[in-house]
Amino acid sequence: MSKYIPAAEVNEAITWKDISPAGEIFEGGTAALVNTGDWRTMIPTFIEEKCKHCMLCLPVCPDSSIPVKDGKRLDFDFMHCKGCGVCYKVCPFDAITFGREEK
Amino acid sequence: MGIRERLSGNEAVAFAMKQLNPDVMGAFPITPSTEIPQYFSQYVANGEVDTEFVAVESEHSAMSCCIGAQAAGGRAVTATSSCGLALMWEMLYVAASSRLPITLACINRALSGPININNDHSDSMGARDSGWIQIYAENNQEAYDNMCMAMRIGEHPDVRLPVMTCQDGFITSHAIENIELLEDDVVKAFAGGYKPEQYLLKHENPVAVGPYDVASYYMEHKYQQAVAMKNAKKVILDVAKEFAQVSGREYGLFEEYKMEDAERAILLIGSSAGTAKAAVDALRAKGEKVGLIKLRVFRPFPMRELAAALSKMKAVAVLDKADSFSNCGGPLFAETRSACYDLENPPKMVNYVYGLGGRDVRVENIEFVYGQLAEIVKTGKAGELYRHLGVRGY
Repeated sequence: MSKYIPAAEVNEAITWKDISPAGEIFEGGTAALVNTGDWRTMIPTFIEEKCKHCMLCLPVCPDSSIPVKDGKRLDFDFMHCKGCGVCYKVCPFDAITFGREEK
Repeated sequence: MGIRERLSGNEAVAFAMKQLNPDVMGAFPITPSTEIPQYFSQYVANGEVDTEFVAVESEHSAMSCCIGAQAAGGRAVTATSSCGLALMWEMLYVAASSRLPITLACINRALSGPININNDHSDSMGARDSGWIQIYAENNQEAYDNMCMAMRIGEHPDVRLPVMTCQDGFITSHAIENIELLEDDVVKAFAGGYKPEQYLLKHENPVAVGPYDVASYYMEHKYQQAVAMKNAKKVILDVAKEFAQVSGREYGLFEEYKMEDAERAILLIGSSAGTAKAAVDALRAKGEKVGLIKLRVFRPFPMRELAAALSKMKAVAVLDKADSFSNCGGPLFAETRSACYDLENPPKMVNYVYGLGGRDVRVENIEFVYGQLAEIVKTGKAGELYRHLGVRGY
């Protein structure tokens, strides 16, 4: 029986003896643990006071970077937002602006 | 008691697969595949096996199908040849690196071009670095026996690698020979059940197979593959020992023929060993100290064992039924010569590329090679290392 190491605890110090064979992952939804937001060059900004929570931005996000709680959208999940700008295009209320990200 | 039969190499492998009763066969049932899926599909149609036969649209899909089936927790088999194996290329690597012990019967035939459908080893030799175990047969009996042993080797927890059993196209695949088969229940008991630790259909423990592996982790996984291939050597020998108990037929990593007091030796793979044995017998009758090694397991390569077996030779010819176009010899030559580098007194060693695209190799061709080795022993000079056998005007 190979050792089970939770995905959240796998890091770059893990040796070949401990890493799962063939990179098998024994739990679901582990992509959420990976910071893919650092690919971004453009960034959307959420202007909360203009937002009517119409939710038009939600289904067009190609990732799942727009969290919703109790019927209201929250600020972007920048760990996964790639800055594609589709949400900015679709927003009818100018509640999202879009520009170059300063790093 | 074994069952005496007469079968072609393709029939023998299909019959072994019937006895093994795999869960899935993913195969492309037309040329460049083999007769094996054709024979096997008859077993499926007759209800003689429980196998799901997936007739796919290409060899790339055949291997993809096997990968999915094996990852799901089933035993998957396929059979192919020549360009069919070449079309599987991408997925061969995925199967091996996903550590899925799929079984593939390869009928060795030339790769085009020029277009040719006859025997040589260019197909499986091209796949030699794909991470598959490769076991070669000299005749139909060995093709059958190797198929019976393949799953036990690949599925061993220390190995978890796919296995390719190879035999020479037409020469053994289509020629009918006497053969001794094992009873169905003996093969079934020998193969046992497939019990992977993790598999996709294990609902109580979900697993993701074949994820993206970034630079920080990829090398650790590739090293695991290298260790698995290293472990495979012992498992192949252990399984062969167990197989000898049920069949009475013994197999090692290679077969030595009249090597005890030999001074000159030929090393080759596959059906030409039969021809070479006849040449050895003829020369031995004249008092010449010649021997033969027939390599059975090419992956993992038995580097130390082969070097030890060749250590007493004065001159060795390595025969390759595939050309590397490396300008320094075929794949078997390159690895064997490297294996002998650490010997105290390594033998002089030359390469002969032979038998390409079904070019016949006869007893007199092999005797010619032993004669050339005698020249090398006499002069102490190997001369040109990268040679071709039987080329007109050469």
